[in-house]
Amino acid sequence: MSELAVEVREASKIFNRGKANEVHALDTIDLSIGASEFVTLIGPSGCGKSTLLRLIASLTPPTSGSVAVNGKPAEKARLDKDYGMAFQRAGLFDWRTVAKNIELPLELMGWNRSDRRARAEEMLALVKLPEFADHHPAELSGGMQQRVAIARSLSFNPSLLLMDEPFGALDEMTREHMQTELLRIWEDTETTVVFVTHSIPEAVFLSTSVVVMSARPGRIASVIEVDLGRRDDMTREDPAFFEKVTEVREALRAVEA
Amino acid sequence: MKAAWRLRVQSWSAPIVAGALMLAVWELLLLATDPEGFVLPPPSDIVGALFDDFDVVWDAARNTGFVVVTGLIAGLVVGVIAALLVTRFRTANEVITPLAVAVNAIPIIALAPIFNAWFGILSARSNQLIVVVLVFFPVFINTAKGLTDVERSQIELMDSYAASQWRTTREVRIPNALPYFFTAARLATSLAVIAAIVAEYFGGRQDALGPIIAQEASLTRYAEAWAAVLAGTLIGTMLYIIVVVIERLVMPWHATVRVRQGT
Repeated sequence: MSELAVEVREASKIFNRGKANEVHALDTIDLSIGASEFVTLIGPSGCGKSTLLRLIASLTPPTSGSVAVNGKPAEKARLDKDYGMAFQRAGLFDWRTVAKNIELPLELMGWNRSDRRARAEEMLALVKLPEFADHHPAELSGGMQQRVAIARSLSFNPSLLLMDEPFGALDEMTREHMQTELLRIWEDTETTVVFVTHSIPEAVFLSTSVVVMSARPGRIASVIEVDLGRRDDMTREDPAFFEKVTEVREALRAVEA
Repeated sequence: MKAAWRLRVQSWSAPIVAGALMLAVWELLLLATDPEGFVLPPPSDIVGALFDDFDVVWDAARNTGFVVVTGLIAGLVVGVIAALLVTRFRTANEVITPLAVAVNAIPIIALAPIFNAWFGILSARSNQLIVVVLVFFPVFINTAKGLTDVERSQIELMDSYAASQWRTTREVRIPNALPYFFTAARLATSLAVIAAIVAEYFGGRQDALGPIIAQEASLTRYAEAWAAVLAGTLIGTMLYIIVVVIERLVMPWHATVRVRQGT
C-alpha cells in the first residue's frame, strides 16, 4: 500500500448541498495512482477533473469518502508539503523576482537565504531559464512564466506534482515544447504527476495512464493505459501514438453521448 | 542613455510649454477684454500679490498644510487598518463597512460647525478631523478591494503550502492591494486640500488659507485671494508628487511604473 502515491476511495463532492443550485461534482470516485506514474485526468467541462485534483491537494474536502496521499490523509500530506502545485495561470507574484518566486515555498519552510538562492538557480537551470533569475515575471513570455511556475512547484522536491491545465493558455508550439520539457523533468526527478487537461494529444503524449471522466455527476468512465516507451518529438508522429489518441477520443465520445 | 534623457526632457517640457502658453493666453485675453481685472486678475497680478503678501500667505499655507498633511496621514492609516480588519475578520466587516458607508453619506462639511463646537471655534482639531473623514473612505474602499481581488490560484497556492492566514495576507493580499492603495492616496491628496480649506471657512485658525481667501474675496482683493488659492494648489500638487515618488519606490515591479521607466 505504501507505494501508492494517491488513493481515492469512494469520494464524492457535492457543492451547495441542500440548496437549489446543488451540484453533484464527483460521484463515488475510486482512483489509485502508483509512485512515479504520470496520470492525466481528461473529460468534458464540468466533469469535475479540477475538483478531483483539488480533493487530492486537500484544497477542498470530499463530501464523503476518503483521499490519501503517500499513505496518509490528504490534509496531513498538505501540511507536510508532500506535493507541489501548478495552475493554468502561472500565478507568479509580480512583486517578486523570478528567483524569489521560486524561493517562496522554501521561505515558508524556513530554508536559509543562501540555500534558497542556490536551489532557485538549480531549478532555473532545470527549466532552462538560468539568465532570468533577477527579472520580474512581467518581463517574461507566457511560456517562460509557466516554466517558472513549474520550477516553483518542484523547488522543494515534492514527491507529487499536481497540475491543473498548466499549458492551457499557451500556443501550440510552446505547448508541445513545454510537454517535452515536463517529461524530461519528470524522468529526472521521478516525481508522481497528476495532470488535468482537455487536450487529447497532450494527455496521450504525457501519461502512463489517462483517466477519462464523464460529467454530471463526475465519474471515472475508463482508465486507458498508455505504453509508448520513452517519448520525444518523433512520438507525436508515431502510428501507436495516433492509435492511443483515437482510443481516448472514442472513450470521450462515449461519455459525451 | 541619451535617448532616455531626451525622453525625460520631452516628458517634462510638454506640460511646461502647455502651462506657459495657457498663462500667456490668459494674460493677453484679460489685457484685451478686462484690463481692470475685476472678474479675473491676470496671472502677473496674482504672482505679484503672492510676493507682496508673501509672509502672510506663507504662514497661512503652513497652517493649512499642517492640517492637510496630518489629516491625510491619519486618514490613510485609519483607512488601511479598517481595510485590513474588514478583509480579515467577518465580524469586523459586518460592523465597520455599514458604519463607513453611513459616515461617508453624511455631508461631512455640514458637520464642520458641530465639530467646531466640540473642539472650540479656533482649534485646528475639527479641520483635521474633517480631512481624516474625507480621506478615509476612498482609501478604505480601494484598499479593501485590492486585498480581496486576488487571483484565486494565488490563494490556493498559499493554501497548498499550508501558509497561515497572516502569511497569505503579507505575501499576496498586501502587495496586491498596493496599486489600489496608491490610486486612492493620489486622489486623497487633492481631497485633503479641499477638505481643509472648506473646513477653514467655518472655523479653526484664522491665519490659514481658507479664511484668507474668504476675507480677501469679500474685500474684492481678488489677486490676493487667488494668491492664497495658488498656495493651496501648490500644497496639493506637492503632496501628489510625493505620493507618486513613494509609489515608484515601493512598487518598482508594477507595470505602470516600469513603462514610464522605459524598461
